[in-house]
Amino acid sequence: MSKLHVSTTINGEPVEFLCDPSASMLDALRGPLGLTGTKEGCGTGDCGACSITVDGRLVCACLMLAVEAEGHEIGTIEGMAQGDELHPLQRKFLEMAALQCGICTPGVLMASRALLEKNPDPTEEEVRFGLAGNLCRCTGYDKIVRAVLETAAEMREAAR
Amino acid sequence: MNDMTNKWIGARTIRPDGADKVTGRAQYSADTTMPGMIWGKLLRSPHAHARIRSIDTSKAEALPGVKAVVTQKDIVEFALDKSVMLGIQDMRWMCRNVMAREKALFHGHPIAAVAAISEEVAAHACSLIEVDYEVLPHVIEIEDAIKPDAPILHEWNQFEGKPSNIAGTMVLKAGDIEKGFAEADIVVERTFTTRPVHQGYIEPHACTVSYAADGRVTIWSSSQGQFMVRAMTSLLTGIPQSNIRAIPAEIGGGFGAKTIIYLEPVAVMLSKKSGRPVKMVMTREEVQRATGPAPGSLSTVKIGAKKDGTIVAAQGTFYLQAGGLPGSPLRGPVGCSFAAYAIPNVLSVGYDVVSNRSKVAAYRAPGAPHGAFAAECVIDEIAQALGLDPLDMRLKNSAKAGDKAIYGPTFGAVTFKETIEAIKHHPHYRAPLDKAPRPGVKRGRGVASGFWYNAGGESSVQVNITEDGNVVVTTGHPDVGGSRASIANVVAELIGVDHARVNVMIGDTQTIGFSNLTGGSRVTFASAMVATAATEKVIGQLKERAAKIWGIEAEAVKWEDGMALPAGDNAGKFPPLSLKELAAKANEMGGPIGNQTQLNTTGADPGYATHCVDVEVDVDLGIVRVLRYTAAQDVGRALHPGYVEGQIQGGVVQGIGWALSEEYLYDAKGRVDNASFLDYRMPVCSDVPMIEPIMIEIPNPKHPQGVRGVGEAPIVPPLAAIANAVHDALGKRFYALPMSPPRVSARMDEAN
Repeated sequence: MSKLHVSTTINGEPVEFLCDPSASMLDALRGPLGLTGTKEGCGTGDCGACSITVDGRLVCACLMLAVEAEGHEIGTIEGMAQGDELHPLQRKFLEMAALQCGICTPGVLMASRALLEKNPDPTEEEVRFGLAGNLCRCTGYDKIVRAVLETAAEMREAAR
Repeated sequence: MNDMTNKWIGARTIRPDGADKVTGRAQYSADTTMPGMIWGKLLRSPHAHARIRSIDTSKAEALPGVKAVVTQKDIVEFALDKSVMLGIQDMRWMCRNVMAREKALFHGHPIAAVAAISEEVAAHACSLIEVDYEVLPHVIEIEDAIKPDAPILHEWNQFEGKPSNIAGTMVLKAGDIEKGFAEADIVVERTFTTRPVHQGYIEPHACTVSYAADGRVTIWSSSQGQFMVRAMTSLLTGIPQSNIRAIPAEIGGGFGAKTIIYLEPVAVMLSKKSGRPVKMVMTREEVQRATGPAPGSLSTVKIGAKKDGTIVAAQGTFYLQAGGLPGSPLRGPVGCSFAAYAIPNVLSVGYDVVSNRSKVAAYRAPGAPHGAFAAECVIDEIAQALGLDPLDMRLKNSAKAGDKAIYGPTFGAVTFKETIEAIKHHPHYRAPLDKAPRPGVKRGRGVASGFWYNAGGESSVQVNITEDGNVVVTTGHPDVGGSRASIANVVAELIGVDHARVNVMIGDTQTIGFSNLTGGSRVTFASAMVATAATEKVIGQLKERAAKIWGIEAEAVKWEDGMALPAGDNAGKFPPLSLKELAAKANEMGGPIGNQTQLNTTGADPGYATHCVDVEVDVDLGIVRVLRYTAAQDVGRALHPGYVEGQIQGGVVQGIGWALSEEYLYDAKGRVDNASFLDYRMPVCSDVPMIEPIMIEIPNPKHPQGVRGVGEAPIVPPLAAIANAVHDALGKRFYALPMSPPRVSARMDEAN
């Protein structure tokens, strides 16, 4: 089957790529686009390691067809830091040891950012439910939740 | 060098691999590609148990786009009658696990592999391979596998003179068990079961392999030991180790299960046959069906005690479900279940039971949680019957220095009591708990303890001073949870420079000396020990260089805060020489500065943990929720407290999953029925509360910084602690895990 041409925007830059009609967005990101920061843990939308944003909305890249990116704005972990300036969540995750092996971390960060964009002042429970789609097997979630809460507080303070 | 005034040891520094991991740059197993790379796929057995009569690959080989096909003929065979060990792995079983030989032993057992220009073509080619199977009756559960008329997996395996699925035993004894029970005022004997659980790492197994025309191989894969990858691949392909470069990718979780390999030898043979680099990546379904898990168990524990709570006898019989090939971690339950207690009469027996499921792999304190679940629940029951506080009963029976451990050695300092005291005096243990907060809801509190051996072993390190006066450390151990950060702290402390000037890397098999697996709670212990030895030698070199520059004896030079200084007034007056200055003069003053140290480290004292948990049970729905969790552990010295706490918190939550929701389910044909993260239910963020770690720092006197391994012990107590808490809530003891909603509901219905 011949490949399809897709024009999209990834992390603010216009991008074109070719893909099989059956390719997932995750396949496209990790394959022809070389954006391997988005991870595959399950391929069935259960682990959240491939979390990206589509027009600002959090999506599992493994559940989206690559061709669906046509004309939309895709955000991936590679676009989270501005140059060598880490996003406050990225910095806080490092300061608070909120990652161990790090394979879930890109997805957790994308989900955390999406959560804080919607709710800049979440409770612990809201963070826990906001991240319930992102499996982490190393940390027991404790330090992740604390890092998100602390980042939220810092970002609120900075916005005042 | 170990005190609380340390600047970097004990500091919550930023890990050297941190920025890569939060920006998506870190390269994990599946992130590597090569020019000309093709894709490998495995054909797996559709049967739980079948004899393989023949394999015809001709149609697959003829499919356009197929570049190579591999079967059992391409993997080195180890004869059944002669054991060849690599660490704790027997290559007779590993060669049959990587590729089925005489029989397919579980649903999902690899039968053949194809490399093709795309994953789709490879998968299609697999479907064209014709395998003639003689389907055999299968057996999954331990209870069924040990019946006299059970289907036998390995006809050559005999137990008590007959073909059997019991493939091994282990016995530890002390005193006279019968006499011990005769002396007891109370004896409680219970039988427990746990289901197999998967390690649940989020990164599926993957590798990229390039076999060059000169016979040299490069392997990119994640594992808990690149040297294990090299050695096993060498044994299974016949390629000498000197020609295999195993490059450790970042590892996306292992928890023990990546201490063996599945794909690498197959990919090597596909690459050799095709002349192309080959990449193989497992799907999650393959991971769940055909890698790991930890064994299920059937345990009977009998404990006898005096009225005052003194335990006089303990007997444990532990059956572990090995999977299709032998190799259960018997030393876990047999050696650990009673190890933390001074019990004069002990009989602890383990049985390795094969059955038609994937071969077990290590999982965090392998086997110890199974045994502790049984032993710690029985201790709780006895304490309750005697009217004793369960922590006091444990305190009364704690082993002490000089006691002979059931598994052989004589204990040095035993720090078990400190973990019990820490929980006993923690506000959590004394906090009021409303046991019936609402209609239909009950709450309870439970405690339990755990023991793990810990380990030392081989470790290599290079410490090099760069020409611009910074430090590069290369270790031979994959970093699963922050070991690079810990080593950076140690080396920065010793040299006296900012930790950011110390970069810690992980070497590949051809660039760093042999280093054993990352596992058994050994890596921070062993690598900090060798890094200390190497750094001290480097500091010796730096002092010699300064002495040479000043024209004085090396003994007259001291090293402080990253600078050489005259040791005293008698040494003469010289301005200090910094690391940067000495590095700049290195070549004119004798050459590069650096050291490689390789040791077989010893002195890893055991780990002890005591946990306290509050649970809430929805009586109608059978849902058990953990409300509060406190975990005390002797960690020796926390080189990086954040990652020590992380080990405790992560281990506890894995234990919560094991206790409440995780289990392998099989259908009538012996196939895993829940091979996905949707149906295999690991705890998610909203399932658990904060986990409060109590790090007790009693330095291990046999380690330069006092380090004690921390990774395994935290998963040992949770199963029993939660079961004891559920008992406190409901007044009912659960002897089978997981305490999932269907089981808890059924038990409540039974009661009504």
